[in-house]
Amino acid sequence: MPMLASDIASAGICGYIFNGLVKYDKDLNLTGDLAERWEVLDGGLQIVFYLRKGVFWQDGVPFTSRDVDFTYRKMVDPQVRTPYSGDFERVERLETPDDHTVRVFYKEPFAPALSSWSVSIVPEHLLEKEDLNTSVFSRVPVGTGPYKFRSWKTQEKIELDANENYFLHRPNIDRVVQRVIPDPSTLFLELQTGGVDLCGLTPLQYTRQTDTPYFRGEYRKFRLPGDTYVYLGYNLRSPLFSDIRVRKALNLAVDKDEIIKIVLLGLGTVSTGPFTPQSWAFNPSVKPSPCDPPGALRLLKEAGWEDSDGDGILDNNGRKFEFTILTNQGNEERIKTAEIIQRRLSDIGIKVKIKVVEWSVFIGEFVNKRDFDVILLGWALPREPDNYDIWHSSRTREGEFNFAGYTNPEVDLLLLEARRVFDQQKRRELYRKIQELIYADQPYMFIYVPDSLYVVHRRFREVAPAAAGIGYNFIDWWVPPAEQRYRMR
Amino acid sequence: MGKYILRRFAGIIPLLFGISLLSFAVINLAPGKPGALENSLNPRISARALERLEKLYELDKPVYERYWHWLKRTAVLDFGRSFSDNRPVIEKIAERLPVTITINLLSLFLIFAAAIPLGVRCALKPDGMLDKVMTAVMFFLFAIPTFWLALLLMNFFGINLRWLPVSGITSLDYEYLSPAGKAVDIFRHLFLPVTVSSLGGIAAMARYMRSSMIEALAQPYIRMARAKGLTERSVLYKHAFRNAVMPLITIMGLSLPGLVGGSVIFESVFAIPGAGRLFYEAVMMRDYPLIMAEVVIVSLLTMTANLLADLSYAWIDPRLRDKR
Repeated sequence: MPMLASDIASAGICGYIFNGLVKYDKDLNLTGDLAERWEVLDGGLQIVFYLRKGVFWQDGVPFTSRDVDFTYRKMVDPQVRTPYSGDFERVERLETPDDHTVRVFYKEPFAPALSSWSVSIVPEHLLEKEDLNTSVFSRVPVGTGPYKFRSWKTQEKIELDANENYFLHRPNIDRVVQRVIPDPSTLFLELQTGGVDLCGLTPLQYTRQTDTPYFRGEYRKFRLPGDTYVYLGYNLRSPLFSDIRVRKALNLAVDKDEIIKIVLLGLGTVSTGPFTPQSWAFNPSVKPSPCDPPGALRLLKEAGWEDSDGDGILDNNGRKFEFTILTNQGNEERIKTAEIIQRRLSDIGIKVKIKVVEWSVFIGEFVNKRDFDVILLGWALPREPDNYDIWHSSRTREGEFNFAGYTNPEVDLLLLEARRVFDQQKRRELYRKIQELIYADQPYMFIYVPDSLYVVHRRFREVAPAAAGIGYNFIDWWVPPAEQRYRMR
Repeated sequence: MGKYILRRFAGIIPLLFGISLLSFAVINLAPGKPGALENSLNPRISARALERLEKLYELDKPVYERYWHWLKRTAVLDFGRSFSDNRPVIEKIAERLPVTITINLLSLFLIFAAAIPLGVRCALKPDGMLDKVMTAVMFFLFAIPTFWLALLLMNFFGINLRWLPVSGITSLDYEYLSPAGKAVDIFRHLFLPVTVSSLGGIAAMARYMRSSMIEALAQPYIRMARAKGLTERSVLYKHAFRNAVMPLITIMGLSLPGLVGGSVIFESVFAIPGAGRLFYEAVMMRDYPLIMAEVVIVSLLTMTANLLADLSYAWIDPRLRDKR
């Protein structure tokens, strides 16, 4: 059930089986999917989608605007256990004047609304009498997408078959098997036996372990700009970090290039704000601060921090400059990053401890309760750049996502404005300004954006990496008959 | 005998109650909130949606009330639905448990089949050449980390030799194979997991068997048996062995819970969708209904296995049998 799925793996499978009204193309622009085109009317109060004609559900029933209406009603139904109702609660009403037109009325203009319609549309005729939370549909989904569900063995594998009648064209690859291999070393061993055709790689695997004649002969490796960034988030409520000079000094003291070289083996870029370089909202004119430890010491002195008792640790009115970096268990890259930061800060006389806790404790007890000095964490960014929930000053309460406690009235206004404007050019200007302001305020120390690393077996043709990654044109991939390894019988 | 079994079964119920009460208290005392959602740090998930979910999962109610609800439902064998995907918990466990039990039974069988003759052999000539070599090998096997050994074997048999598949329980083309082909396929996939999961057990059990056998051989009745002129074979297997094997059965009973818990390691390394991994993930996600159901089912299995161990004890030792 797409609307109940909350993890990346299930979202990936839903992408094969279902379609939204809109989708992102290879350059990350919104384009029609089940909708042929759309219009934004009344300054964003109304969005009209004109649906593609001649689209059928995989069981042969025609797809119509009633399915869209049904999906919307279920998204906002309090009985349905979906975490994604937020965007749809802004809808005032939805009309379906005919089978191929959907009019959505909003209470106020909301630019991210357009991308929210990339939500998977589900079939009314199969689900209207079902309880979506418990329906068997979740185990045998039927969509409009390029692949049909075939079988699912929980935590083992999911098999999908090509949809002969897919509205774009029949996918060239007949069957997709997605396996669950929890251990990364095992995954890598499988890759070496040729048991896996496509998977992600760690930086170490990408640079060293796949640098063998076997790998060069059998696989192609891809390195694409990533859509996550790792940061050190300060608790701005703490007197230690409320002074911007201190935050700027810490930023100067840590060499991000060094971290990228050691932790990511060079496979990443320095993060310069709340967007990553592949996003249209990214501002390329924001440059990372240089690494300048003497400059950091000067700033700290200005802020009152000096080593007055000669013990090698900076102090201010008898208080020593020490704090704890908190991060989650199970992420080696973050722990290494924390260790490098610890080292570089001790070089300028700041004592840093590192504490690693299990994920659900980390979130529940420390992050949500604001019980931390500094956290080392990452954000995975959706393609829609609206990040109101992370940076707006109204989002600082327990459990909300502005856990740093960042407030800047100018950023607040710009965030709101960027939600109202539909024109992408104008929105881009607003987000660029937001990035400038946030980077200048340093509520986070922005550290790095890791590259996405993939490996694909060489027999697949037409694999063409783009801003959107490699999977966007999967239905066009093909394998020359002589190289086909698995045959359907 | 029948009465004894009945009494033992009746004893299981208060024990289960105690286990479930303790487990419920512990998982609720553990810091962290349940559910993939609360912990996903996804700004697209709104606070209102989360509140709604908490209500649906009854997380807004006090712990004792939830325990009472859980108890009432469990009494009629309704274990509820998983927080993570809302499927009936019992269904999730039912599809995962068979693999784990199969592998564990196979490895248990292998442990006994290998450890007993090895231990007996070593005991015949303590500190002999064979005993010394085996002692070294056993300590090595016992000390080696399972996951590491698994990876080495996978690398050797799967990649260097290409004899065995690396992970999973069936091949991609499994459904197109003949029945015999299917059996061979599963055998090839299970070979490494079963071997790896039994090596540590073989090492430990062989040591127990050895010392227990040495002890038995030093008893006066052995001298008596030899004096009677019985064949060495008869002395060893009829007189010494029967007495020596008894402690092993106790140890096996005690090691059963560890088998299911320990499954998580080889299930992860070999990508086998078993109950160990299900349990581990449930704990990490704080999936309360799933954790509770697994606790109940695994403790039930363990207690049954312990009971079986005790019964076989009685079967082997007539003195125990006659007392009751």
